[in-house]
Amino acid sequence: MASYSGVEPAAADSSHLGHVVPLGVLAAVWGALVALTVLTVAAAGVDLGNLNLYIALAIAGVKAALVVLYFMHLRYDRPFLLVVFLGCLAFVVLFISLAMTDARAYAPSLVPGQAPSMKDVHTPFGTGD
Amino acid sequence: MTEPAAHAQDPRSDPWHLAHHFTTPRQQFDSGKLGIWLFLATEILLFSGLFCAYAVFRANHPEVFVYAHLYLSKPLGALNTLILIFSSFTMASAVRAAQLGQTRWLVRLLAVTLVCAGAFLCVKFIEYKAKWEEGLLTGARYRPEAPPPGADVPKEAAIPRARPAPKPAPVDGLLVERSTIAPAAVGPSGLAPAWLAGEPAHPPLEWRGPEPYNVQVFFSFYFVMTGLHGIHVLGGMAAIGWVLVRARRGEFGPQYFSPVDFTGLYWHLVDLIWIFLFPLLYLIT
Repeated sequence: MASYSGVEPAAADSSHLGHVVPLGVLAAVWGALVALTVLTVAAAGVDLGNLNLYIALAIAGVKAALVVLYFMHLRYDRPFLLVVFLGCLAFVVLFISLAMTDARAYAPSLVPGQAPSMKDVHTPFGTGD
Repeated sequence: MTEPAAHAQDPRSDPWHLAHHFTTPRQQFDSGKLGIWLFLATEILLFSGLFCAYAVFRANHPEVFVYAHLYLSKPLGALNTLILIFSSFTMASAVRAAQLGQTRWLVRLLAVTLVCAGAFLCVKFIEYKAKWEEGLLTGARYRPEAPPPGADVPKEAAIPRARPAPKPAPVDGLLVERSTIAPAAVGPSGLAPAWLAGEPAHPPLEWRGPEPYNVQVFFSFYFVMTGLHGIHVLGGMAAIGWVLVRARRGEFGPQYFSPVDFTGLYWHLVDLIWIFLFPLLYLIT
């Protein structure tokens, strides 16, 4: 403990604990999240093939960014917390992408017909069909 | 610490909420915040294991997901999404109320958040109960009473649940499992529908044809992912309840609101996980 300075302890140190997010910002983020939820349900009703998955994930990503930046204060907090969060995400990406690199390498051991997506993959027997 | 030493306090005037091993409330707040974020990072990694398994299985068996997701109720899933998003909003507002010293609003907003969490679990209970009654469980307990709504499954095309494992055949020194039975011919005289013989590139929006194999695996994913998430909702409710009791005692204010803030961060993470679970389980095309 350093020596007493005569400054009121609360006023000296605690007045800037965290950032007070304006209520308007919180309400706007909530509105955006509801709108994006409606959008993702509507987008799922249109058949765009593989694109559907990426659209759904993109919308979920935007929603997650809104929650993290505003509800979780990361936009206003110390940058180091952002480093912690993004570092974590980097490991998630590494984890899933590395697993996906050889996810289809087991196509030869899948029974043709049980996995229609496998039909164009080359196997020791030729193509999956 | 960026605070000058002159701002440090007399031990005699330390606020009650300052733990003895911290010098200032700000140091305590920042340490706690770093701690909760590190915890949230481990939570994200915990769920990413499940998302990874999901990605691998869906890449190999998209037909299982397209078929089985028809059993899930999109309206109930969307309702739960909206409930959680609203509870996240009230939680963020509760943190704001605590920061501004508005104790009455803090208590009200925490109570609303708690009610929303309970409502989420009630909806989840309705969904689980329906799955239980319709025989939509994991593994050998997957005995569906009927095909899902939106699927046109001919009755005569019913398939056995358990398919005998094909005999492994050594090829070039490698042991490769592969069926030696070719798919049946397509057409009016044949048995196999076109998709089973590998004709269309993408399964149709609404299912036509017999049920695919291994649908029960989808329900393993469904119950494990939503179940683990549900356990987190329960944990969040316990934390919010604890903070609510303390808020009613008037313990929180502009100088001390870390328990509210950190409980809020945890609750937002629960919302965050659901934001991804909803499209991945309920909205598959």
